[in-house]
Formats: sequence, structure tokens, C-alpha cells
Amino acid sequence: MKFVRSAAAILALGIAFPATAAEEVNVYSYRQPFLIQPMFDAFTRETGIDVNVVFANKGLVERLQQEGANSPADLIFTVDIGRLQAAYDGGVTQSIETDALLANIPEAMRDPEGHWFGLTKRARLIYASKDRVEPGEITSYEDLADPKWAGRICTRSGSHVYQIALLAAYTAHYGEEAAEQWLQGVKSNLARKPEGNDRAQVKAIMEGQCDLSIGNNYYFGLMSHNEEQSAWAQAVNPVFASFNGGGTHVNISGMALTKASPNKDNAVKLMEFLASDLAQQMYAEQNFEYPIKADVPTSGFLKSLGSFEEDKLDLAVIADNRATAQKIVDRVGYDE
Amino acid sequence: MAGAALAAAIVVLPVLSVLWLALNPSENIWPHLASTVLPRQIKNTAILLAGNTVGVVVLGVSTAWLVTMCRFPGRLVFQWALLLPLAMPAYITAFVYTDLLEFAGPVQKGLREVFGWERPADYWFPPIRSVGGAIFVMSFVLYPYVYLLARATFLEQSVCVLEAGRVLGRNAWQSFLKIALPLARPAVVAGTALALMETLNDFGTVDFFGVNTLTRGVFNVWLHMGNTGGAAQIALVLLSVVIILLFLERQARQRRRYHHTSARYRPLPGYTLTGWRQVGAIVLCALPIVIGFLVPAAVLARNAINHFGDSWNADFFEFTRNSLTLSVLAAVFAVTVAAFLAYAQRLSKSRGVLLGMRIASVGYAVPGTVLAIGVLIPFAAFDNALDAFMRETFGRSTGLLLTGTVFAIVFAYVVRFLAVALGAVEASLGRVQPSVEMAARTLGNTPWQTLWRVHFPLIRGSLLAGGTIVFVDSMKELPATLILRPFNFDTLATHVFQFASFELFEQASLAALTIVAAGVIPVVLLSRAIALSRPGARQAHGAQWVAETA
Repeated sequence: MKFVRSAAAILALGIAFPATAAEEVNVYSYRQPFLIQPMFDAFTRETGIDVNVVFANKGLVERLQQEGANSPADLIFTVDIGRLQAAYDGGVTQSIETDALLANIPEAMRDPEGHWFGLTKRARLIYASKDRVEPGEITSYEDLADPKWAGRICTRSGSHVYQIALLAAYTAHYGEEAAEQWLQGVKSNLARKPEGNDRAQVKAIMEGQCDLSIGNNYYFGLMSHNEEQSAWAQAVNPVFASFNGGGTHVNISGMALTKASPNKDNAVKLMEFLASDLAQQMYAEQNFEYPIKADVPTSGFLKSLGSFEEDKLDLAVIADNRATAQKIVDRVGYDE
Repeated sequence: MAGAALAAAIVVLPVLSVLWLALNPSENIWPHLASTVLPRQIKNTAILLAGNTVGVVVLGVSTAWLVTMCRFPGRLVFQWALLLPLAMPAYITAFVYTDLLEFAGPVQKGLREVFGWERPADYWFPPIRSVGGAIFVMSFVLYPYVYLLARATFLEQSVCVLEAGRVLGRNAWQSFLKIALPLARPAVVAGTALALMETLNDFGTVDFFGVNTLTRGVFNVWLHMGNTGGAAQIALVLLSVVIILLFLERQARQRRRYHHTSARYRPLPGYTLTGWRQVGAIVLCALPIVIGFLVPAAVLARNAINHFGDSWNADFFEFTRNSLTLSVLAAVFAVTVAAFLAYAQRLSKSRGVLLGMRIASVGYAVPGTVLAIGVLIPFAAFDNALDAFMRETFGRSTGLLLTGTVFAIVFAYVVRFLAVALGAVEASLGRVQPSVEMAARTLGNTPWQTLWRVHFPLIRGSLLAGGTIVFVDSMKELPATLILRPFNFDTLATHVFQFASFELFEQASLAALTIVAAGVIPVVLLSRAIALSRPGARQAHGAQWVAETA
């Protein structure tokens, strides 16, 4: 009886107080809120629309799928093209095309049908020891498999999304077999079993455990501006490695409009705001990410690293090769 | 009994949902896995389970026996301090020891400076990021599960049995091995099972240590191959491992019963230790506290002081309040549900309820993220069905009533940690002689009066123990909280994770330290309560109870 009564009470509440439509937009984010909060705050100041966030590192697409048409979420934020693609594949996004979005976000950095949009770019670099690697001694990802680096390379787990995306790009360029050979080559050059994160590899270079590592560009900025970690950053040169005849591997952080979005107008306003000059500049200055919008100046720090040529590979192609890449990692036993 | 059946049916829903997912894989994942990583993952998982079993049993049982039955300096401090590692999240301990013991850490750095080594090839040092390292960290974090339940059992044991043993010529050591230990078997097994399930559901530590286990396999298949069904299948394999282990143990135990045959309780004898025995006991009890608690706590404290300004603000109090509210609710509900189910099962011998209890318990071995999706599926289905019904009948939408609320999180905690509460309740109920119950019933008490007046006072210590572990575990819980929470809702654990996942762990040390501190206080109180829970330990209280019930 008790259960029936409390159930009835919950129902009565639900009927008496239907969700009031305050001016808000709801975000499910795979990105850490503190990285995007400044942009959200600026948006709220400008429009009076509140931004509500749930952050999780996995499972949000599954949550959207289960919540279905009643989901309160309007937008998904994530890093890595693979996860944007997974949201699309999961059937939880909807297509949106506004003039502002199409004008500000280059074609290669968004879904052709408008299911997802890139917001920032991050380049995957090679970090080389200042003491033990001559400038120009390594310039390409292919070089990492060269036996001359035997016992001198540190990387994070081969199954991490950033490593998977790089390997997926390699697979897209050269095919599955060549990619497996390359990864095998890199593995045999490792100084230690893959472990730790991008920053930990740079720390290992400083300590002399290895001479080369792979890492995203913004970590260099973050380490340089961190009291404890600036010494790590000073021990390495960031190298804009590229594929032979291609460019530097670039991944994105991005956003997608959910299929069930209850506050669609506000959501679109937020999307357009984040693609605007103001927000794009904030990304570059605070997070050391490259703006997606072509004419937005990068921050002074990013400028000091120099310019580079991006790999022209379509992001969607990289996303399609992820499952293959994970299987290559398994076959090579990269993490063993 | 319909109530018990319904409760059992509800708590098994998440595990059944995982089963349902497993029926719909997007691709058969096994040929690829079997030819590549599966053998390695099975081997690593087996080594980890075996190593942790030895670790937690040796540490947990030996220290519990020493502080309960022996007399040596510091015993009273050790009694509660040995529980402290329980408050330390495993991923934090893993992080701290990696930082200390890796190549770039202060220990190896110091050694290099002293001996003039430079490169890794110049010397050998045990790699912390390895299966061995994972066993080291997990054993020292998880042994309190065994310690707690073993100690509660040693305290509840009747001296008569031990005395009978001594009269028949056993020495102290033999009476431990031949009498007390076999009698404590259900509790030791329950504690070890919890530790092993915790081992299996843990993703954070093995991921951090780069140990490729089946649990990591779940996430690789799910996140990188986009195959939720395949991932759920691996999770079910993990479940089967637990079920098989528990089944084997029950078979081995066969039809033995563990009731105490006497209700006469006197103070425990207490063997006074002297000389090297005394020193040995002190070292043995101090070691797990130093490694499992003091070292990581010191590192956290140092970071927290360095980054105090970053973290001490109004949000911090909100996170603390959220964590406490969720954990208290989870502890109360989990113990209530566990006591209800276990007692209903004891009365009715219902196979359905028993099966429900077993299935719900193994949910503990499922990685929290997977279980969270198992919670989402029935909750959202209920919400959406209700919404559709209300729209049709009343033309009003009810939206999502349960999904994305605090209620969903508490439910997930209760399901996730029900095994903890059930383990404590069952082990303790099992030691209450059926004759006690029969007497109470003969005297005209209803079954629930009997539970309240007779069993509850007898098993109070174990209920408290179970509730406290659920509380502390809930404080640390991360993956399910992340996925199920409402908008703009943070707990201490999710706050720590936000920074830790961006490689800025130091900035969240204050919050991490608060998780630990919030766990320490109930753990200390619990230890006191357990010490007093020995029947007869409080004569006055006992007399009052007799007077009231008479």
C-alpha cells in the first residue's frame, strides 16, 4: 500500500508541476566542465540563458538512447572525432544547419549533414628531448618505427582515444597491414611498457627514461604554465610531426545537437556563440587549443610554437577506422 | 513473502539489463579477442584475483586475530586504525604509489643520485605499473573488508568453544587454526568475495597501471569498437567468474553450519604477547596502516595544502553535502533491504528470493559504468512508459520522473553495494541458532517481532559494519554517479575526477582528502560499536534489554 501511495504522490507532483520552461540549455559533456565553463559563463552574460551541465567520461550516448524522446539534454560536447561519430551512430543527434555555423566552421571540420560540428583543433605532436635529440632528427610519424630509436620512445596506452585516432589516420593513409607493421615497429622501440598520460611521457623524457614521446599540443601549453610541470616542458622540443607527404594529425573537440532537444532555439544560440570569434579566442587563450574558425588569431603562446600544416585526411574517415585500429593494437599486443 | 519477492525482483533489474544488452552485440567479438588479447586478459585477471586473495586474507585475518585475541602495546589503536585504508579510494592509492615509485619518482631519483645511475638500463627496480604493483596496491586497500568481518566474528565467538579446545589440549596457535578460523570461515569468505568483486569491477586502477584485464577489455570493446553488446558479454563473463567462485566455496562448505551452540558470553581471554612476538605483532599491524593509509594520506595532505586556495570555496561544501547525503541514504537503504531479504529467505527458504539475492549480489562485480547503464535501462523504460500512458489518458506529459535524479543514484548505490550489506547480514544471521528463534516464536512473537527483538540486538554489530562499508564505498563511488547524476550536480568524487582526468590531480587533493576524512570518522565509530557489540560487553545495556522484553 505504502508503495502505491508514494507512487501516487510522485505522480501528482509530476502533474501539478510540469517542468517549467526557464531560459536554459542542457548539456551532456564528455569534456571537463572547468574547461568550457568560462565560455558558458560568457554566453549566459550575453544572452541570459543558463547552461546546465552533466559531465561524464563515458555512457552519455547510452543515457540519451535510453531517455529517448523525453531526454532533457540539448547538446553533447566531446573531444575526439570517434566519440562524435559514436553519438551519430547511436542515433541521438539531429541535423542542424544555420548560416553562422556553416560560415564559421570549415567544411572538413563538420558533418556534411550537420549532425556534429568541430569547435577546436588539437594537433598530436612528437615531443623530443632537447638534450638527446637534434632538431630535425625526427620529422614524421613514420620515423617513430625506425630502429634507430630502439629503446628511446615512451607513449601512453595504445588503446587511448588519442593513440587510436592517430593509428586510425595511419591506417587510412597506408592500409591495415602497413599500419600494423608501423605499430609493431613503434612497439619495438619503446623504452617501457605504455603507461601514464601525455604529460607523464614528457616527465619521463626529462628524467632520462626515454627521448621521444607522442602528445597533444595543448599539454605543452598547460605544462609550461604550471609551476610544478614547467620544468618537464622545458626538457623537450615540440615537433609538428607529419605524415610523409601529408600533414600533422589533427583531432577536434566538438558538439552535436541532440535528437530530442527540448530547448532547441537556445541550443542553437549556444552553438553559434561557441563558433563565434569571442568564444574561439577564449578557447585558444585558456586551453591552448587551435580555433576551428579560420580567421581567429591563435593565442600568443600557440603562435610561439610556430605554424604547421594539417593532415588533409577527412575526420569522418579517421572515425571509420577506429575499430580497425583497436584491433591492430590488440594484435600487436602494444600494451603488453 | 510477496514483498521480499518484489524487492528481489527490483534489485536484479540492472543485472538483467546487462544480460539483455549482451543478447544484442553489433558484431561477434570473440573470434578477434580469442586470437589476440583474451588469453592475456584471462591470465592477468587470474593472477590479480589469486594475488589479491592471498593478500587480503593474510593481512585481514592475521591482524583481526591479533587485535581481538592478543594483548600487546598499541592494540587499542590498531583496532580502529586497521580500518583506515577502507576510506582511501584505490585509484588514489594507485596514483600516489606510481608517483613515488616510478622511474621519474622521488624514490628512484634518490637511488640514482646515490649510486650515480642514469638510464633505466643501469639498474633494476620493480616496476610499479604491473600486475604485481596492482596486487600490492589493491591488497592494502581491500584487506579491511576481510579484517572487519573476521573481527566481528572473532568478537561474537563464544569463549566456551575455545576453552573446550584448550581443555582438550590445543595451544593458542592451534585454537586459532583449528577452531576460531574454521568458525570464521563464512565471514572470511564473505570479506574475500567482496574484495575480489571489487577487484573485478575496478577499471581505474588497472587502467592506471596498464594491466590488461578482462575489465579493461569491456571498455575497449565498448568505447573503441562501439560494441555495447560485446562489452556486456565480457561483463557477464566476469559475473560468471564470481558465481563459479562462490558456488565452489559453498560446495566445499557443504552442509556445515556455523551456529554457536552456547549463548554464554564472557570476556575474551587475551593471550599476552611478549618479546619478539610482541614486536612482530606491532609490525604486522602497523604495516597495512602505513602503506594503505598514512603514506597516501600524507601525499594528499601535502598537495591539499599547496593548492588550498584553488579548492576551498562554496562549491566545495556543496559537493561534501551531496556526497554525505547520497552515502547515508545508500547505507540505510542497503542495510534495510539486505536485512529484509536475508530474513525473509531464512523464514521462507524461498528459492526465488535466494536466487534474486545471489544475482543482485554479483552486481558488485560489474564495473560501475556498466551497472549504471543497467540502471538507466529499466528506469528510463518505466519513465517513458508512464509518460506515454499519462499523455494518452490525461493529455499531460510526466517526462522523466526517475531518470537523472538523485533517486536513481541512490538506487544504483544500493544495488551496487547490496553484496556488502548482504554479506555482513547473512554471515551474522547464520550464526544465530534456529533454536533461539524457535523459542521466541513459541513465546508468541510474530516473525517480524522476532527479527526486531531477538535477531536485531544479536546482529547489530554486523549491520553497523555492513552499513558503514556501504557508506564509505558510496563516498568513493565514481562511475555510476558520473552517468546517472542530475544537471549541475557534483559529489566530491566526481569533482576529484574532473581534475584527475585532465591530469591535474593535485588541484583536487582537498576534495580527495575530504572523501578520506568523511570515511575515517564512521570507520572509527564503527570500530567502537563493533567492540561493544560483543554480547555481554555492556552488562547494563543487556540487563535493560532483558527487562524491557521480559
